[in-house]
Amino acid sequence: MLNQKDILSTIEMIEQQHLDIRTVTMGISLLSCCDADIDKACGNVYDKICRYAERLVPVSEEIEMEFGIPIVNKRISVTPIALVAAACRSDEYALFAHTLDKAAKTCGVNFIGGYSALVQKGMTDADQKLIASIPQALSETDLVCSSVNVGSTKAGINMDAVALMGKIIKETAAKTSDREGIGCAKLVVFCNAVEDNPFMAGAFHGVGEPEKAINIGVSGPGVVYSVLKDLDGEPFDVVAETIKRTAFRVTRVGQLVAQEASRRLDTPFGIVDLSLAPTPAQGDSVARILEEMGLEVCGTHGTTAALAMLNDAVKKGGIMASSSVGGLSGAFIPVSEDEGMIAAASGGTLTIDKLEAMTCVCSVGLDMIAVPGDTSAETISAIIADEAAIGMINNKTTAVRVLPTPGKKVGDTIEMGGLLGSAPVMPVHPESSAAFINRGGRIPAPVHSLRN
Amino acid sequence: MNAIITVVGNDRVGIIAAICVKLAEYNANVLDLSQTILHNNFTMIMAVDLSKANAPFAEIAEALRVLGEGMELSIHMQREEIFDAMHTI
Repeated sequence: MLNQKDILSTIEMIEQQHLDIRTVTMGISLLSCCDADIDKACGNVYDKICRYAERLVPVSEEIEMEFGIPIVNKRISVTPIALVAAACRSDEYALFAHTLDKAAKTCGVNFIGGYSALVQKGMTDADQKLIASIPQALSETDLVCSSVNVGSTKAGINMDAVALMGKIIKETAAKTSDREGIGCAKLVVFCNAVEDNPFMAGAFHGVGEPEKAINIGVSGPGVVYSVLKDLDGEPFDVVAETIKRTAFRVTRVGQLVAQEASRRLDTPFGIVDLSLAPTPAQGDSVARILEEMGLEVCGTHGTTAALAMLNDAVKKGGIMASSSVGGLSGAFIPVSEDEGMIAAASGGTLTIDKLEAMTCVCSVGLDMIAVPGDTSAETISAIIADEAAIGMINNKTTAVRVLPTPGKKVGDTIEMGGLLGSAPVMPVHPESSAAFINRGGRIPAPVHSLRN
Repeated sequence: MNAIITVVGNDRVGIIAAICVKLAEYNANVLDLSQTILHNNFTMIMAVDLSKANAPFAEIAEALRVLGEGMELSIHMQREEIFDAMHTI
């Protein structure tokens, strides 16, 4: 029989430390849905998603119940719509967003991602049409998430797209201003976007992916926090080793759920994302882990080092636990979705500049950060450019998901509710970056892109 | 299929009896059982074989949960694989 202590520790992790599977995401290729007639193409998209993902939610719930592990989100990611829509003679790309929304609601999933364009080196006509339709698409739908990849280590940074995305983010905030600018919470700008990411808002099903796949994102900041509480004063090698062991256990649950979901849905298993994804709940915070390591408040000096160690230990522990690792894999630092980050940002210790430094060593980027509503499009573009540069040079995924909710200023809070949480508005530098952004063109790929 | 049942709560007369009666109704065979008092809580862990059970997993798990509620106990039934996955290589 299993060790009694092990059984009880599993129960404790789930019941008291918020261990859960953050998402089971089914990736679906829509390349077979293209048609010159947009209504026909949308019909194909709806039918295919509903056919493939019909059983995603009931099967996930069955697994939750049998294994006693909560699966917080069930999601769908699809081929970037700019590729699917390119064949259409129409400009009304938002029809695809409505179709995705309807399909997601029929299947009962929490979100659907892939209203996306990949423009790291340049924009096709379809990419331009899709990007232009993002504000409308996100304001008229509930469950659709959008992403645009503006840079990569191989291609450099498309500064025309960076400039455009600043405007699109502002427009999206304006179009959803009656709902705290929530459209921007569903829009992410990437550098080095990955094709098998199960997390929103950036999930899409890349063209190198199979017909369909099951990708899993795990969670577990509460579990890591709880083991660190027993390590007061211990050196970092002990801390790292303990985090590794914990990450192994957390990821094994992800691997088990992935295998079960894959088998029951007759869909190939894609990847497990070795993630540490926080929620706004007490005791499920990445910031509190960093503070438990000995920092008075997350964001003070030492935070970047603490996060680097945490991120690396999570990967080392997780990598052996899964047969196939991918996605974003690392600790997430979304401000509004992390109770400790919210507190640190509200107190002024955690700033955008510090968060930018932290993104050099963790999973993604400047995530769920509320900025003043009067922040200019050029400043948002410049924030995107900085993040993209970090991703391009360091060969990692970076992203920007900022919320310039109209009318909000420093000191205000944006309340989005649920897993999206609440975000204190953080100050940005008032000095202009407009002349820099208005240059346009492309920042060439760095020398280390030439690895062949 | 094997499952692990965990029971946590205040100790009282008849906990094991009540659970075993319920399991017998479903034709679930008890393979192993251990109990202890942990942090003043009655804690019992039971391994059961459900291969000959006469009802689906969900129904048995729900019946145990309801039984637990009536006795002020937290009763969970989970498939054994999750514990194997987390604690063995």
